[in-house]
Amino acid sequence: MKRFASKIKWSKYTQLLKTKWSKYTQLLKTKWSKYTQLLKTKWSKYAQLLKAKGRKHAQLLVPLLSILLIAVFNLLRDPSFFSVEISKNNLDNPVLTGNLISILNGASELAVISMGMTLVTAACGGQDISVGALGTIAASVFVKILRDGQITAGTIVLAFLACCAAAMVFGAFNGTLVSVFKIQPMIATLVLFTCGRSVAYWINGGATPTIESPLINAVGSFIPGCPVPTPILIVIAVGLLLGALLRFTTLGLYTQTVGINQRAARLNGINPTLIKLASFLVLGLCCAVAGCISASRLGLINHETMLQEIEMDAILAVAIGGNALGGGKFRITGSVLGAYAIQALTITLYAMKVPSTDVKAYKAIVIIIIVVISSPVVKQAISRLWAKVKENSQKKKEVAA
Amino acid sequence: MQDKILLSMRGIGKNFPGVRALHNVDFTLRAGEIHALMGENGAGKSTLIKVLTGVYGKDAGTISIEGKEVFIRSPQDAQKAGISTVYQEITLCPNLTVAENMFIGRDKNVLVGWGKRYRRAGEILRNLNIPARPRQQLGACSLAVQQMVAIARAVDMDCKVLILDEPTSSLDDKEVEMLFTLMRDLRSQGVGIIFVTHFLEQVYAVSDRITVLRNGELVGEYEVENLPQVELVAKMMGKELQGLSDLKQDDNEAAFTGTPVYEVAHLTSTTGIAPFDFSIRKGEVNGFTGLLGSGRSESVRAIFGADRVSGGTVQVEGKKARISNPKQAMKRGIGYLPEDRKADGIIADLSVRENIILALQVMKGFFHPLSQKEQDAFVDEYIRALDIKTASADTPIKSLSGGNQQKVILARWLLTHPKYLILDEPTRGIDVGTKTEIQRLVRRLAKDGMSVTFISSEIEEMLRTCSRLIVMRDRRIVGELRGTKLSQDNVMRTIAGGEQ
Repeated sequence: MKRFASKIKWSKYTQLLKTKWSKYTQLLKTKWSKYTQLLKTKWSKYAQLLKAKGRKHAQLLVPLLSILLIAVFNLLRDPSFFSVEISKNNLDNPVLTGNLISILNGASELAVISMGMTLVTAACGGQDISVGALGTIAASVFVKILRDGQITAGTIVLAFLACCAAAMVFGAFNGTLVSVFKIQPMIATLVLFTCGRSVAYWINGGATPTIESPLINAVGSFIPGCPVPTPILIVIAVGLLLGALLRFTTLGLYTQTVGINQRAARLNGINPTLIKLASFLVLGLCCAVAGCISASRLGLINHETMLQEIEMDAILAVAIGGNALGGGKFRITGSVLGAYAIQALTITLYAMKVPSTDVKAYKAIVIIIIVVISSPVVKQAISRLWAKVKENSQKKKEVAA
Repeated sequence: MQDKILLSMRGIGKNFPGVRALHNVDFTLRAGEIHALMGENGAGKSTLIKVLTGVYGKDAGTISIEGKEVFIRSPQDAQKAGISTVYQEITLCPNLTVAENMFIGRDKNVLVGWGKRYRRAGEILRNLNIPARPRQQLGACSLAVQQMVAIARAVDMDCKVLILDEPTSSLDDKEVEMLFTLMRDLRSQGVGIIFVTHFLEQVYAVSDRITVLRNGELVGEYEVENLPQVELVAKMMGKELQGLSDLKQDDNEAAFTGTPVYEVAHLTSTTGIAPFDFSIRKGEVNGFTGLLGSGRSESVRAIFGADRVSGGTVQVEGKKARISNPKQAMKRGIGYLPEDRKADGIIADLSVRENIILALQVMKGFFHPLSQKEQDAFVDEYIRALDIKTASADTPIKSLSGGNQQKVILARWLLTHPKYLILDEPTRGIDVGTKTEIQRLVRRLAKDGMSVTFISSEIEEMLRTCSRLIVMRDRRIVGELRGTKLSQDNVMRTIAGGEQ
C-alpha cells in the first residue's frame, strides 16, 4: 500500500518535472530562435553592406590581384626584393632605394598617361595611340625653351606652361578629329602617332639635345633633402588634381553618360562633343607632364626612343584596371594600379636577371594570363561555377533536413 | 489568272527572347496580284517578310510555293525559290552602270559576254518602260529609276514573288506614279507582288488585296473594294468603330483660356515634318495622335530641340525664345521623356541614383555637383513618391523592369520641376498597373499647374488623359479634336482622312 502511494507520488513528481522541463525548453527555444533571428538579420544587413561595398570596388579586384600575385611570387622567390634602404647618392643626399621605389618611380610616366587615357577611353569608347609622340613633342618644347636661356626656377615653370599649352593644342587636334568629325579614335590619333616624333625633331633640330642643371635633377630625380623621388611626388600631385576635378565638377558623371549612351546624354542637355574634346585636353596635359618627367629624368631627349610604346602600356593599364575599353564606367584608381602592376612585372623580370631582350616575351605571357582571367568568358565561367557550388550545398542541406 | 495561288504561308510563328513576334499567321499570295501587307510598327510585317526571305528562321508553320513546300533557310534559298526583295534603301552600287548592276552577283550568267548583257539589259528596260540606258551610271539616275532598276534585276532573275518594302517613302508623287505603272505591268505578267507601305492612299491606288497584322497575329485578308479606309485604320489599331464612343472625359474648358506656356508658329525640323502651329496653356494636357510614323514624335522632338530645328518662331510664356538644342529647352522649363527608352532614355550602366539626378545636375551646371546628401534626399523622395521598385539607389538601372526604368526617367524630369513636360509613349511596354499609375500622375501634375503633352499609341489612353488631341497623318497636322468631339470614331475618321 505504502509502495503504491510512493509510486503515485513519484509519478506526480515526474509529471511535474516533465511539464516544467518542457516549459523551460520551450522558453529556451523561443529565446534561442529570437537571438538567432536577431543575429541573422544583423548578419544579413552587414553582408548586404559588404556586398554593396564590394560591388562598388569590384572593379579594382583584377589589378589588386595582379599586384598581389606578383608580390607573392617575389616573396617566395626572394624576400629581399622588398627591402627599402636610405642611402646617399652622388650629390650626398639621403635617398630611398630598392625595388619598390624603382617600381613606383619608374611607373610615373605610365601612371600619369593612364589617368588621361582612362578619361578618353570612357568618353569616346576608343584609345589614343599618339600619347608617346605627343609627350615627346611636349618635352621638346620644354627642352627648347630651357636651352634658349638660363635654367632657373622661373624658366622651368615658364617652359612647363608652354609645353602644356603645346600639348593641349595637339590634344585639341586629336579631340576635334574624334568628336567633331566622328573618326574612330585609333584612326584619328594615328595621324599624330605617325608624324609626332618628326615634329618633335623639328622643334629642337638636334639628335639628342641635353639639358643640364641641378634644378632639372630636382625635377627628374631628387629634391635635395627629400628622400622620395620627385616623379612619385608629381604623380601624387596629378592624381590629387584629377581627383579634385572629378570631385568638384560633374566631369565624371558626364563622361560616363556620354560613353554609355551618347544620344541620351544629348537629350539631357550634355554636349557630347565638348566632353570628348575635354577628355583629350586632359590627356594632352597628362602627356605634357609625362614628357617633362622623362626629359628631366634623363637630362636629354631622344626623339625616337622617348616614351616609346607607352601608348600600348597605357591602354593595357586601362584594361587591367577593369575599365571597359568600349567606354562608359571608369575608375582612374584602377588604371593607376594597372600601371604599377605592369612596372612591377618589368622590375621583377629585371631582378630575376632576365636578359633585356627576353623581357618582352615574359611580360607578354603574364599579360595574357591577366587578360584572359579578367575576360568576360572566364568571369562568367567562374560565376557559373560559384552558382553550382552554392546550389550543391543547398541541396545537401535539404537532404540533411 | 488571279486565282492561281502562288505563295501560301500557313501558321507561321516566330519568337524572340521574351517576345512573341508572330503567332499562327497565314498569308496567301496569288499570281498576278498586288497584295498590301498592313499593320502598325511592331505588328509583325517586317518579321513576316524576313521569315519569307530567309533572314530569320521560323519557329512554326509551313511555306509553299505553287503547291510545293519549300524550306527557306537563307536569303540565297529565297532567291532560288523565286522570291526577290527590293528594300526601302537602294542596295545597288551607284558607281556601276545600270546593266552592271542588273547582272552582278549572278553566277548563272558568268560566261555571257558583256556585249550580250548590255543588249539583254536594254531589252528588259524597254519591255518594262524604265527610262534608263544600260550604259548609264546608276548614281546618275533618280531614286525612282534606281528603284525600278532594282525591280528589273529581280524580275530578270525569274522571280515569281516580288516584295517591295516601303518602296515609295523617298519618292515624290510623279515618281510614285511611275513605280505604280511598273507594278501594274508586272502584275499583268503574272508576278505576285507583296507591297509593304504605311501610306494608306497608295494602298488603295494600286492593291488588289490587303492582309492586316496586329501584335504578331493575323487580323484578316480583305478585298480592297470591301474595306473602306476608315475600317482599315480600325483594323490596324484593333478597335471597333461602334460602341466605343462613350469614353469621353470631363471637359476641362478652363484649360483653353489664359496665356500659353509654350507657343510655336511654323515650326519644322530637318526630319521632314510639315511646318506646324502649336500651343499649350498652363495646366493643359494635350496629345499628338496618329499612326506610328505619322510625325507625332518628330513634332515633339522639334519642340524640345532634339532634332535640328530648321524654321519657326517659339514663344515661352509670351516671350520670344530660341530653342535649338535640348539644353536651351531645359533652361526654359521644358522636360522631354523620349519614345525609345532604351536608346534615348536610360544610361544603362549607371545607377538609379545617377539616372534620376542627371537632368537636374545638368541644369545646375558643370561646377556645382550635387552632394551625396542632396542626391540621397532627392532620390529617396522620388523612389518613394513614384514607388520605384529597386533593390537600392545604387542598383544599375538596366537591372530594373521596363516600368520601373520608365518611372526613373519620369523622376529625372519631375526633379527639374518643369513648367511643360512632354511624354512620348511613357506607357509603352509596361504593365497595366504602372500604366494607370502614370496616367493618374499626369492628371495630378496638370491639376498642380504643369502643362503636359502626352503621346500614346493607345487611343483610349489618350482620350482618358488628354483634353485636346492633335491628329497627324503623313507628317502633317490634319485636325484637332476637343470637348465633345473627343471620341475614338472621330480620331480614326480624322486619321483616315474623313470629316472631323
